[in-house]
Amino acid sequence: MSTPKPQLSLGDPLLTPRPAPRAPRGGGRMRRIVARLPLIISAAVLAFFVLSAIAPQILAPFDPLAINPVDAFSGPGAGHLLGTDESGRDIYSRIIHGSRDSLLIGAAATAIGLFLALVLGTIAGFGSRWMDSWVGRILEVLFSLPGLLLALVFIALAGPGVGTTVVAVGLTTAPGYARMIRVQIIALRSSPMVEAATVLGRSPARILTTHILPNALAPIAVLGTLGLGQAVVWAASLSFLGLGSPPPAPEWGAMLSAGRTYLALAWWMTFFPGLAIVLVAAASTVLSRTLSAGAKR
Amino acid sequence: MSNPTPILQVKKLSVAFGNSEVVSDVSFTLTPGECLALVGESGSGKSVTARSLIGLAGPGSTVHAESLEIGGRDVRGLSQRAWRTIRGAQVGFILQDALSSLDPLRLVGKEIDDALRLHSTGSGSQRAARVVQLLESVGLDDPVTRAGQRSGELSGGMRQRALIASAIALDPMLIIADEPTTALDATIAAAVLDLLGTLRNSGSAMLLISHDLAAVASVADSIAVMQDGRIVEYGSRDQILYDPQHPYTRALLAAVPAGKPRFTKLSPTVPANSSPVLRAPEATPDLTSVEHSPVLVARGLSKSFAVDGADSFPAVSHVDFELHPGQTLGVVGESGSGKTTTARMALGLLAPDSGTVTLFGEPWSSIPEAQRRARRSSLGAIYQDPLASFDPRLSTGALLADALSQGSTRNPRNYRDKIAELLDMVGLDPVLASRNPTTLSGGQRQRLAIARALAPNPRVLICDEPVSALDVSVQAQVLDLLDELQQRLGLSYLLISHDLSVIRHMSDQVVVMRAGAVMESGATELVFSNPQHEYTRSLLAAAPTMVPGRSA
Amino acid sequence: MSTSTISRQRLAPILGRTARWVLGKLGGGIFVLWAVATAIFFGIRMIPGDPAEAIMGGPGSQASAEALAAARAEYGLDQPLYVQYFSQLWRLATGDMGTSYSLKTPVAEVLGELIPPTLVLAVLALVVAWALALVLAVLSTRSGAVGTAIASGLEIVSAAVPHFWLASVLIMLFATALGWLPPVSTSTPAGLVLPVITLALPLAGFLGQVMRDTMARAQRSAFALSARARGESEIGVLLRHSLRHAALPGIALSGWAFGSLLSGAVVVESIFARPGLGRSLLSAVTARDIPLVTGVALISAAAYVVIMALSDIAERLADPRIQAS
Repeated sequence: MSTPKPQLSLGDPLLTPRPAPRAPRGGGRMRRIVARLPLIISAAVLAFFVLSAIAPQILAPFDPLAINPVDAFSGPGAGHLLGTDESGRDIYSRIIHGSRDSLLIGAAATAIGLFLALVLGTIAGFGSRWMDSWVGRILEVLFSLPGLLLALVFIALAGPGVGTTVVAVGLTTAPGYARMIRVQIIALRSSPMVEAATVLGRSPARILTTHILPNALAPIAVLGTLGLGQAVVWAASLSFLGLGSPPPAPEWGAMLSAGRTYLALAWWMTFFPGLAIVLVAAASTVLSRTLSAGAKR
Repeated sequence: MSNPTPILQVKKLSVAFGNSEVVSDVSFTLTPGECLALVGESGSGKSVTARSLIGLAGPGSTVHAESLEIGGRDVRGLSQRAWRTIRGAQVGFILQDALSSLDPLRLVGKEIDDALRLHSTGSGSQRAARVVQLLESVGLDDPVTRAGQRSGELSGGMRQRALIASAIALDPMLIIADEPTTALDATIAAAVLDLLGTLRNSGSAMLLISHDLAAVASVADSIAVMQDGRIVEYGSRDQILYDPQHPYTRALLAAVPAGKPRFTKLSPTVPANSSPVLRAPEATPDLTSVEHSPVLVARGLSKSFAVDGADSFPAVSHVDFELHPGQTLGVVGESGSGKTTTARMALGLLAPDSGTVTLFGEPWSSIPEAQRRARRSSLGAIYQDPLASFDPRLSTGALLADALSQGSTRNPRNYRDKIAELLDMVGLDPVLASRNPTTLSGGQRQRLAIARALAPNPRVLICDEPVSALDVSVQAQVLDLLDELQQRLGLSYLLISHDLSVIRHMSDQVVVMRAGAVMESGATELVFSNPQHEYTRSLLAAAPTMVPGRSA
Repeated sequence: MSTSTISRQRLAPILGRTARWVLGKLGGGIFVLWAVATAIFFGIRMIPGDPAEAIMGGPGSQASAEALAAARAEYGLDQPLYVQYFSQLWRLATGDMGTSYSLKTPVAEVLGELIPPTLVLAVLALVVAWALALVLAVLSTRSGAVGTAIASGLEIVSAAVPHFWLASVLIMLFATALGWLPPVSTSTPAGLVLPVITLALPLAGFLGQVMRDTMARAQRSAFALSARARGESEIGVLLRHSLRHAALPGIALSGWAFGSLLSGAVVVESIFARPGLGRSLLSAVTARDIPLVTGVALISAAAYVVIMALSDIAERLADPRIQAS
């Protein structure tokens, strides 16, 4: 057995697929359910927010934009589940309605990031050594402005706004994915599986389409799930900093930004929208980890 | 065995994890100077037995014993603190695979020093001197330098010696060695076994754990054979080797390829559903007489690899061989001998720097891959790790459909009959077609790999360490299957292995390789009964044999 | 005599490798800085509109005609593009990063003031995150399946918590409700506590996940079993063996960790009203103060390059298995 050198070529530790903790040996049904509890909860959380993004009117009791000054700053309780903001708008309803914007921004940004990563990672993985080293250099440049910095520089050039946020977050997440896709493809290219297919007389094109690509793309689903949570956090951060969605829209980051002014007066204005972000991010992490453990077997 | 005070006494030892008992009613004794070999295949419970003797059976385990005494001291129910005074001081433990048994981040000397520091009060300089002395006593050259290196800088044999040094640092009365030679090349393994033998001669008792009956036969005084957590047979070395009573012991002995003539069956039973073996002894010579010309020929094959961008080292230099129809050409060599590089060049996966490979008399290595592809169906390959060579997304049936259809379909239904036929031919139940290869056992996976390799009807099969990862009895079945298929289909094999006894049992012709070059080649029995090259002789000397009275 | 020839033989390739490594890192670093500067230079000019206006804060800034003319003159916008580009590169290479539009002071001077507070914040957070991650890893390893599950949950949640929300919650709890710590980062040590914790917690979550994995693997490894069989205690196995292995991925990730801290500093410095690179970058972005944005981008890219090189060295020192590649 060779020395276990930890796989650390990736920029982001979350991108390193880790096996889910195995259920204890010989456990009964109860134990298996307990072992799966995080997965069940995560799936439920994501399902809830996806539903609220698709059909917010089912879940939200109030109009997210209806101003009702009488009810301003009422705390969480019977009337308003999670309280109201400075204009008396219902926080819970705003979170439900905000999930569409937040999730859409996150999904769009993830799609852009994955697309960029796929292009760069495939060029590096399949291309000549020369192309690989140039993609590596481009990735190094993108990595040199970590996280928000790259997004901020991009916004400084292109100006703030929702569209810019989407592209900026996509750009921020791309290099990490690209590196992972590259590693995946290179590992597959020199795998015994590909060698066996060559010996069986398969052409390189056939091996590419039937063996390498399908096996390399399977982890993309995992990446996408994980990336969604991260992208929601990044996008909310930009909104929070005043560079994303403009104020009246019930986007989670923007809600937090508005609540900041009233932190001492109405903690619920900040706490609950943030909790929604944390839930989505944590749930997507758990889900992607289970997916990757399942895919690895 | 006449000594009245045993060093180790085990009576009715049982170890369970949760509800499953992995060791049941194991009993044996060890007297000073005695070496007991505990032999069994993977999952037989031998390693767990060994570990429970030092209180390290593992988390979640429950250990029961009627009696468990080390040096007359009852060690049942000892606290971990009390155990720590026994471990290392009275019992030395040597694990398989010293690369991972010595901390790769720490100096070898520090690892050995730990054993001294934990149990004695000697000063730092005294201990340092003792570490050097220990390294010298296990036969390491330049012990001062070795003490200052990490395990990654040592070769496999040196590492194992260093690990032994750390286990014997405090002159323990009992040494437990768990597969001490498994990861080593044959010549180095023999030297390590010799070293262990000398330790035993100095008065310590030794418990040797191994999957390989032949390997331990030369050092053991007595042997206990384990199967499914039980000792099925226990007796003196000669009793076990020459008068085995239990059918499992007999099967194990029969499975050892060493000293068995060509085409002798190694596995006891024919797989239930395999078709009858059509033994046609005259068929083989017939085939050879029809086709005189060799099927696969290598001439002056050489290949160098660049290291660190600058220097290049020759992996293979000037290798010649000829594989004749219906025959097996064995390539034997230790790690780094270049045998796998040779196989890859023969398969047309790697272009030689110089030299040529010809297949059925036509150029093979020198033609473009596109032309080779059209002729690839006549050449198949199987590997040491079959699972890695399967696409993880495909079921057993889909793998075979893919191979049968030249990759145009993966739907097993289109080839149902042919798939069943192939599976049956390699002794697998056709119902396995719907299973995923990960659910198959190691032996089943290799059978599946053989079935896939046979799907395009090849005439030549290149087998790279096909049985190295398998238990002895499973190895015997796979070797028998290869023999049977060769006779039935008239296949020619290029068989690559580090295991001399496998090569000797399977091959008509043999090539002995070392450091990329051919040392000796020729008809197998000629080469091995009358070796001309010194290296062949040393390989032969290192190979385990089970001749009576060789016990030291 | 013979030893000296041996050591010289051994030394020569090592020196050659070191020289190659240093040159490689240097070249890579210069390339990164050049690429960042180039991307920003052409980025401004690709946006429709007057580059002078873009430099002076975009179309909404309503810069005076004189200011625009001054910007044109300063950046040589009337000259051919390649002249502008090379003179800009030359200016940057000689350390002249221009004058901040919003602060009206030379960018180099602004950066000189901003780097120390951000560095203090980031280094403290890194130390705290490491300590938390290691403690978490050790505790969960020592406490069985339940401990591992709890630690894993804590790590996932803390890694998922956005900085801005964590900061808000901490302010609500420790500043507003309990009144223990100031809500604004003053120059006192107490003012540093909340920002450092805000930055350190999510990072500790990330590091903890990786370290716990490696530590658990080390605890189960053959060398740990060998050490136990030698008479080593569980604590001894942990301290002498597993801890080192657990630290390796932490070291390898420290370049990434520092980057995430710089990125987090943007949010944390804004919320706690603490002067620093991140907050200035944000205000520069809001004001579209391109010279300052360029300056901050170049400085953080340079910091990233240096940190990556340092973590590479640290990794090689900690793990002898890594050879020069």
